[in-house]
Amino acid sequence: MSRTIVIVRTGTANLASVRAAFERQGLGIELTQDPRRVADADRVVLPGVGAFGASMAELVERGLAAALAERAREGRSLLAICVGMQLLCRESTESPGARGLCVVDALVERFGGPGLRVPQLGWNDVDAPPHARFLRSGVAYFANSYRLPRAANGWTAATAEHGGSFVAAMERGNVLACQFHPELSGEWGARLLARWVEESG
Amino acid sequence: MLKTRIIPCLDCKDGRVVKGVRFEGLRDAGSPAELAAAYERQGADEIVVLDISATTEGRNAALATVRAVRRELAIPLTVGGGVGSAEQAGVLLDAGADKVSVNSAAVRDPSIIEAIANRFGRQCAVIAIDAARKGAAWEVVTHSGKNRTGLDVIAWVRESVERGAGEVLLTSFDRDGTRSGYDLELLTAVSSAVSVPVIASGGAAHAEHLLDALRAGATDVLAASIFHDGDLTVGAVKAYLAQHGARVRL
Repeated sequence: MSRTIVIVRTGTANLASVRAAFERQGLGIELTQDPRRVADADRVVLPGVGAFGASMAELVERGLAAALAERAREGRSLLAICVGMQLLCRESTESPGARGLCVVDALVERFGGPGLRVPQLGWNDVDAPPHARFLRSGVAYFANSYRLPRAANGWTAATAEHGGSFVAAMERGNVLACQFHPELSGEWGARLLARWVEESG
Repeated sequence: MLKTRIIPCLDCKDGRVVKGVRFEGLRDAGSPAELAAAYERQGADEIVVLDISATTEGRNAALATVRAVRRELAIPLTVGGGVGSAEQAGVLLDAGADKVSVNSAAVRDPSIIEAIANRFGRQCAVIAIDAARKGAAWEVVTHSGKNRTGLDVIAWVRESVERGAGEVLLTSFDRDGTRSGYDLELLTAVSSAVSVPVIASGGAAHAEHLLDALRAGATDVLAASIFHDGDLTVGAVKAYLAQHGARVRL
């Protein structure tokens, strides 16, 4: 079994942090923009920083969208982080008209509410259900203005609160999608990454 | 619920931490990577590295510092100090920063805020503001207070956020280094003027000062010497804040 993590190189993501988190666990890293690698690799990470529409346009332009959507639909090992998780959805109010990977039939919306600080920048309590494979309850680091308000059918979701409940992370098969940044969530995040690596390959 | 961040700040020059660090259990108290890792173990929620190098060599050393800190650190890293363009911000992000703060360059040319926010996202763009009291208001100052800009702090913070800043790092120039506590009126005025997070900086000497800042409206608190002096650990400060009703990650 290969112990290399293939990270999709998007133009603007904080690749260095994601990379460092896996390297601290002794894993090899391969950065790629090759749709074939995204299709055939044992483990793929889709990091995400930046706007929904621009990120999606880049995945389509590089021919990565179809390969990612197929992996996610088939439940093959995939870790999607922050905007990466949002891209699995149908669309986002951040970029009206832009179509996501449509693996999850859901709309991503901006945080809202009186007195609410947006972006959400900081550590928040994550509440995971006991039957989750990868996810555990704990405290995770978030950096987002948009979020998925409700869990989608067929996914096991962990939730957090910021002006109401939202999806902090969700899993299905070997796919783990995190709105928070596991790579920046200290020991707790490192253990989550290790579980995903160990159990999803 | 979202928690208050306790953020140690490392002022670095030519790749070394400056401002007298006395820290137990470290081979080399001046190494930014060792110090950052030690703060993470104490429970820090984020680390800020401010580069105050004045030379090109110093700035290159800072880039190596960011890489070294990133290798160690599993919590967020904000880097600032002399960032003059979105390209420079990109270089720091590639080296391992998660966020970049801009200060005097944004005063000279505010479009740098949009450039960073559009390219890397609002959550990457931190506006750092040094505020000096002027009558009943505050004026934006740069270059360690030598440059009085004439800009009103409240007007500037609003403009920065409209342009795309996702967070405000607010330093009281009058209080910085005085150990007399944060400027609480400034914190209240700024945190009620914008809806993004506001990090208090400048003047902390005791855990009570951090609590005062949160009660005045700051969402998060940054401190340097209070931690570097080794009198107080991040964990001790957090325990104090929790006892007094603040929401912190323990």
